[in-house]
Amino acid sequence: MTTEAYSRGPACSYDDETYRRLADDAAQIVARYPEPRSALLPMLHLVQAEESYVSRDGIAFCAERLGLTPAQVSAVATFYTQYKRHPNGRYTVGVCTNTLCAVMGGDTIFDELSEHLDVGHDQTTEDGKITLERVECNAACDFAPVVMVNWEFFDNQNPETAKRLADSLRLGEDVTPTRGASTVATFQEVSRVLAGFPDGRADEGVGASGATLAGLRLARENDWRAPEEAAPSDVDAAPGEGDVPPRTGGAQSSAESKESDK
Amino acid sequence: MTSPLTPVLSDTWDADQSWTLETYRAHGGYGALAKALDLEPAGIIQTVKDSGLRGRGGAGFPTGMKWGFLPPDDGGPRYLVVNADESEPGTCKDIPLMMAAPHSLIEGVAITSYAIGCTHAFIYVRGEVVHVYRRLLNAVQEAYDAGLLGKNALGEGVDLDVTVHAGAGAYICGEETALLDSLEGRRGQPRLKPPFPAVAGLYARPTVVNNVESIASVPAIVERGADWFTSMGTEKSAGFGLFSLSGHVVRPGQYEAPLGITLRELLDMAGGVRPGHELKFWTPGGSSTPLFTAEHLDVPLDYESVGAAGSMLGTRALQIFDDSVCVVRAVARWTEFYAHESCGKCTPCREGTFWLEQVLARIENGTGVPEDLDVLLDVCENILGRAFCALGDGATSPITSSVQLFREEYEAHITGGGCPFDRAAAELFERKRPAVAGSEVEG
Repeated sequence: MTTEAYSRGPACSYDDETYRRLADDAAQIVARYPEPRSALLPMLHLVQAEESYVSRDGIAFCAERLGLTPAQVSAVATFYTQYKRHPNGRYTVGVCTNTLCAVMGGDTIFDELSEHLDVGHDQTTEDGKITLERVECNAACDFAPVVMVNWEFFDNQNPETAKRLADSLRLGEDVTPTRGASTVATFQEVSRVLAGFPDGRADEGVGASGATLAGLRLARENDWRAPEEAAPSDVDAAPGEGDVPPRTGGAQSSAESKESDK
Repeated sequence: MTSPLTPVLSDTWDADQSWTLETYRAHGGYGALAKALDLEPAGIIQTVKDSGLRGRGGAGFPTGMKWGFLPPDDGGPRYLVVNADESEPGTCKDIPLMMAAPHSLIEGVAITSYAIGCTHAFIYVRGEVVHVYRRLLNAVQEAYDAGLLGKNALGEGVDLDVTVHAGAGAYICGEETALLDSLEGRRGQPRLKPPFPAVAGLYARPTVVNNVESIASVPAIVERGADWFTSMGTEKSAGFGLFSLSGHVVRPGQYEAPLGITLRELLDMAGGVRPGHELKFWTPGGSSTPLFTAEHLDVPLDYESVGAAGSMLGTRALQIFDDSVCVVRAVARWTEFYAHESCGKCTPCREGTFWLEQVLARIENGTGVPEDLDVLLDVCENILGRAFCALGDGATSPITSSVQLFREEYEAHITGGGCPFDRAAAELFERKRPAVAGSEVEG
C-alpha cells in the first residue's frame, strides 16, 4: 500500500523485499490507533505470521518501526503466551487443562496425546506438524473437554477423537472445527489474521451450536420470552419477517442438529 | 409473570447466518441506534442508570454510573474500550455471544459511544479465539459499509471509528487497567488507582471500560426502556443475564434468565447433575468466587444474595462438580493457573501464588504435612487485600472456601499419603486404556 521511504537499522536481517512488505503491513496496523505503540501486539502477531515465532529479527523489526528498543519489545513479547520463542509447528494443538476441562477429561486427553505424539508441553513433533500445548481456560467450558487447534474450537473431545484429529493434521488432511472456519488454517495464516488482516473466512461455520443453544432451545420449546417480546414496532424489518420466529436449521445454523452434542 | 428464561441477547443465535448485518437487521437490529441518535446523550445515560444495569464482567458496578464518572468534555478525545478478554475460568458467555451475534455488541458500542462522546472505540478480544476475531472484524466492516460506523455515523460531523484488537494470551488483561496498558502496547500489568480510567484511562484520557455483555445489553434497554429492564430480575440486580452451566450437568450451556434465578431452577432446566451422582461443589461466578455446595442450591443468583451467602455472582459461570471430583485437585489446578497468570508486579501475589502452588502440589501428591493447611490459610491471608489487583484476591477464594467446606478431604490427602479419588470416575467419556501402540502415522 504505502510506498514511503523507510529507514532500517542493522539489527533486522530480513531481506529488502520482506522488510518492505512487512513495513507496509505495519504502517496499516499503526494507522488503526491514535498512538503508534498500540500497534505492538498486532505487529508481534504479524512477525509471527512471517516466521512462525517471534525471532530476533521480528523483535528488531518491531523496535525499528515503532521507535522502541529491542529490550522494550522483548519485554512485551515474553509477557504473552501466544508469542512463541522458537519455531512453531504448522498446528498448535492446545488441550485445555484448566480445572473444569482437566477434570472432565482434559488431563487424560493431554496425557494420551502426549504419548501418541511423543512430545510434551510446548514441544513440536519431528515432522514439524504439531506443537502440543496445555492451554488455560478458553471460554468454552460448556463444551468440555475442549481442544483448540490454531485457536479454533474442537468441542466435547475424548482421547480417541483427539488422537484422530492429530493424525489427520499430520497426514495433511483437512479438519473441521466444531465452531469455526470450515477448515483449520495454518499457524502462520492464523497469526496474520490476529494481526488484523482478514482472511475472508468469517462467513464459514455456524453461528452457534450445541451447548450455546441449550437455553434458547428450551425457551423456544416452552414459548418462554422476555416481556413484550412480540412488539418490535418501529424497526425496519423485512416485510413479513417482523414477528415470525427466526429461521433455524439451515446450512449454517445447527439449531436443530445435534451432531455436536455427542 | 416473567418466563423462567428470557432470551434477549441470545434470541437471534439460532438464526441462519446469525452473525451477519442482514440477519441482525431482519430481527430489528440497529433500531435502537436509530432511536438513540434522536435522543440527547445525557438522556441515554439516564436511561441506563435507571435500568439498574450492572457490569456483567464480574464486578457488578452500575454501568450508567460508570459512564457518569467521566469528567466534563474538555475538547480532547475520550474512549470506550470493550473488555472482550473473557478468560476467568468457567466463564464462557461473551465468546459465544460475539461468535453468534457480533452486531449486538457493535450496536451497543455505537450507542454507548454516542452517549459518552467517544469517536474512537476499541474492542479488546482475547487472541485465542480466531473465529470470533474474524466475526468481529467482519461485523465492523459491514457496519462501516452500511454507514453505521465511520464518517458522520453519530450525526453530522460526528464520526465513530471502531478498532478490534486481538490480545495475545494473558488472563491479567481482563483487569481493566492491565487491559489498557496492553492496548497501549505494553506488558499487561494493572495500574495504581486512582486515577480511575474514567479520569485517566487509555492514553491517559477519560475512558469507559465495559464488559461485552454489558454493552450488548444497551441496545435492548434503549429500545424497550428502563422499566422493561427492571421488570426482570430483582430490585438491586435488575434485568437478565447469561448463566453458563458447565461440568457435571446433563445439558450444559448458556441459559439467559432474569437475575435471581437459583441453581436448583437452572439445574432442573439443564436436566440435573450427571445421573448417578450428587452435586458436590460449584462456583457461582468463576474460579475467583468462593465455592458453594448443595446447601446453596436455593440462593438467588443476584449480586446481593450471593454476596450475603459468602461468595460473589461474578460472571455467572456455574461450574458444576459432582461427588466424583477431588476438591484438592480442582483447587490445586486453579492455583497453578493463578500462579502462571500472576503478572509479577506485586509481591504478595507473585510470591504468594508461587508458594500456594507448591504447598497444594505436595498435599495433592501425598507428601504434605499437617501444618500445610495453616500455611495455606496464612499465605492466603497475606495476599487477600494486600495484592495490587483482584487477581491475587481471586486466587485465595477457592482455597479458603474449600478448606472451610472440605477440611477433612485435605487432611485425608495428608494422612492417607495421596489422593483417594479415581480420576477416571470424573471424566465425561469412557476410558479405553491401554492405548494401542504402534498406530502412529508419520506425516
